[in-house]
Amino acid sequence: MKKDIILSGVGGQGILSIATVIGWAAINNSLYIKQAEVHGMSQRGGDVQSNLRLSSTPIFSDLIPEGECGLIISMEPMEALRYLPYLQKGGWIVTNSAPFINIPVYPEIEEIKKALQKDANVIFVDSDKVAKENMAPLSSNMVLLGAAAKYIEILDIEKIKEAIRNVFARKGEKIVEDNIRAFEAGLKCSISK
Amino acid sequence: MSKKTLLLGDEALALGALHAGLSGVYAYPGTPSTEITEFIQAHPLTKERNIHCQWSCNEKTAMEAALGASYAGKRAMVCMKHVGMNVCADCFVNSAMTGSNGGLVVVACDDPSMHSSQNEQDSRFYADFAMVPCLEPSSQQEAYDMVRFAFDYSEKYSIPVLMRLTTRMAHSRSVVEVGQAREQNPLSSPTDPKRWILLPANARVRNQQVIKQLEQYEEDPSAIEHNKIYEGGEKADMGIIASGIGWNYLMENIVGKIPFPVLKITQYPIPKKLIKEMADTCSTLLVVEEGQPFIEQRLRGYLPQSVTIKGRLDGTLPRTGELTPDILRKALGIKMKEACAKSDVALPRPPALCMGCGHRDFYTALNKVIKDYPTAKVFSDIGCYTLGALAPFHAINSCVDMGASITMAIGASESGLHPSVAVIGDSTFTHSGMTGLLDAVNMNANITVCISDNLTTGMTGGQDSAAFGRIENICLGIGVEKEHIRLIVPLPKNYAEMEETIRQEIEYNGVSVVVCRRECIQTAKRHLKKENKK
Repeated sequence: MKKDIILSGVGGQGILSIATVIGWAAINNSLYIKQAEVHGMSQRGGDVQSNLRLSSTPIFSDLIPEGECGLIISMEPMEALRYLPYLQKGGWIVTNSAPFINIPVYPEIEEIKKALQKDANVIFVDSDKVAKENMAPLSSNMVLLGAAAKYIEILDIEKIKEAIRNVFARKGEKIVEDNIRAFEAGLKCSISK
Repeated sequence: MSKKTLLLGDEALALGALHAGLSGVYAYPGTPSTEITEFIQAHPLTKERNIHCQWSCNEKTAMEAALGASYAGKRAMVCMKHVGMNVCADCFVNSAMTGSNGGLVVVACDDPSMHSSQNEQDSRFYADFAMVPCLEPSSQQEAYDMVRFAFDYSEKYSIPVLMRLTTRMAHSRSVVEVGQAREQNPLSSPTDPKRWILLPANARVRNQQVIKQLEQYEEDPSAIEHNKIYEGGEKADMGIIASGIGWNYLMENIVGKIPFPVLKITQYPIPKKLIKEMADTCSTLLVVEEGQPFIEQRLRGYLPQSVTIKGRLDGTLPRTGELTPDILRKALGIKMKEACAKSDVALPRPPALCMGCGHRDFYTALNKVIKDYPTAKVFSDIGCYTLGALAPFHAINSCVDMGASITMAIGASESGLHPSVAVIGDSTFTHSGMTGLLDAVNMNANITVCISDNLTTGMTGGQDSAAFGRIENICLGIGVEKEHIRLIVPLPKNYAEMEETIRQEIEYNGVSVVVCRRECIQTAKRHLKKENKK
C-alpha cells in the first residue's frame, strides 16, 4: 500500500507543518516515508511544495513521478493547479479556496476552479474562514489537513489526530487544542460534501 | 541500541558527524547546506561536548580553521553550498597536499537546476582535481552512515574526504536508524610534520604520495562496499551506471527484477575496474548522474571506442538541470502513467522581498536618486537584496559572486563609468567585500558603496552576521574617510533624508559608504515573539 501526496502553497503559509504531522503519524505507524521540501529563495513569497511519499514498502525516489500522486493538499488554489501533471486522473485535490495574491496579474478564481475540476475531484474549503470561526485563526493549515484526512487513506484519522497532539505538544495545551479543533472542523467540511 | 528518527539529508549527515566524534563544524550558510550546521548548533551533544559550531566569515576561513583543528588531531567538518567550494578552493586543494591528521570531512551541497544558486557546478570535479576521495550518498541513511565512514577513511589515509550532497538529498526527509556516539579524538601531533609545510621540496614528495594513494582508494574494501554491480535480467546488452540519487530515480522505475546490469556508485575515484567489467558484456552504457556529466566524460578514456556511451552528453538525458524519476522513465522508454492534464491557467509566482523589508525602502530611495543619473550602474551582490533585480524595483545591474559588487564597481568606475554604485549586504560584506573596499581606498576609486545592513544573513534564514554592530568601525579601519561613512534608516518616513544622503555620496569624488540599517523583518518578528514570551 502506498500514497503519494503533494502539499503546495506560498512560502510562509505553513505547508511544512502539515508535512510534519503526517510524517509523525507515518513513522509511528511503521510506514516508510520520504518527504522532499523546498528551502531557500522560494520561501520568500514564491511558490513552495513538498512531495510526501508514504508506503508500506521501501521508497526510492524523493520526488513523486508524474501521474502517481493521489492527493494534492494546497493552501492556495492557483498553487494546486501547478501540480496537476503529477496527479492521477480522478485523484483528489483539497484546497483552500482563498487566493493569496502577491503577483501583479492573478487569474480569475472561477477560471482556476474550472481548471482544477477538469480531470480531478476537488474539495474547496475556505480554511482561513473556518479557522477563524473556530477561534483558531492560526490553524488554517490544520483545517485543510482535516478536510483532506479521509483521502490520505493509508493513515487512520485517529492516528493523524494523535500526531497533531504530539507535534504541537511542546507549544502548550492551548495550541494543541486549537489545532485539534481546527482539524475536526476541517473533517466536517469534507464529510458533508 | 539503535533508534529510528525522521531526518533531512542535511540533518542525517550532521547527526552522523556528531556521532563520529566531531569536535568542530566550520561553515558559512548557503542553500542547500545551511541545515547541517544549524542542526549541530541546536543538538544537546554540541553543548555537552563543547563542539565548535559558530558560523565562519566565509568558506575559506571555515576550511582553514577546520584544517587547523585536523592538524591538532581533532575531527572537523566544513560545510558549504557548491559555490563555496570556489571560495575555499585554495585551502581545499592544498589540504590534499598537507593531508589531514584528525579526520577532515568537507561537505559540498550542489544545487542542480539552480533552485537558489547562480550556477550548476558539480563538486565532484573538485575532488577529482584535488585528488581526494569523494562520497555521494543516495539516501538519508547512507548520509548518516557514510559521514562516520568518511572520518575513519580520512584518518586511515591522512587525506581530507569530500562528501557531496545535492538539493533533493539535502532537503528531503526520511527515516534514519542512528547509532551511538563515538568519543572525540584527543589532541595529537601529525606523524609527518614536514607535509604541513608546503615548501616546493616537501610538496614534491607529498605529490607523489597523493597520486599513489589514488590507486589504493580503488583497492580499499570500502570501494567494493560502496560501489556495487547488480546483476541484470534479460536485457543485459545495456548496462547502467547510476551514482548518488540517480540510483533512486532509476530504481523508482524498476518493477521486480532489474532487467539491466546496474553499477551503483557512491564512492570515488570512479571504480575503473568495475566499469571495464561491465563494458566487457554490455555494448552500451547509460550513465545516470545528478549534476554535470562527470563520470560520463571520463568513461571515454577508460573504454574502447566500440562501447556506446549514453547520458547527458549524447542527449539521452537532458544536458542541464536536476534528474527526476520522469526523465529516467522517458529515457528508458517506459510508458508514462496517465495523469491530469497540465493547465496553463497557473501563472509564475517568483520569490519577492518580504513586505516591510528594509531592502524595499532602500531600493525605493536609491531608484529615485538613480533616475537623475542616466549613466549610473548599480553592481549588486548575493543575498535577499538580489531580489531587487525583479519587479517592481529593477534596481540592480549585476549579481555575480560574493563580494563582486564593490570590486566590479571599482573596475567600471576606473573605466570611466559614473556613477558607479555597489549594493552589498552586511554578511556578504564581511564574507568577501572588505578586501575589495581596501582596494577601493588604496586606489581612491570613485564609487559609492551601499551596505544594506539587516543585521543578519537573511536569505538562508537569519543566521548571525559576522559584522554585527561593527560595520562603521570596519570601514573606518579600512581607511574610508569618517565624513563619508553615512548611516540611513530605511523607512518610508525617511525617504527624503535617504535620497539626500545617497545623492551627496554619489556626488563625492572618492570612496563613500552608505550604511542602510534596519533589522530583517523575519528575525525582528522572531525576536519580538521571544520578548513576549518572557
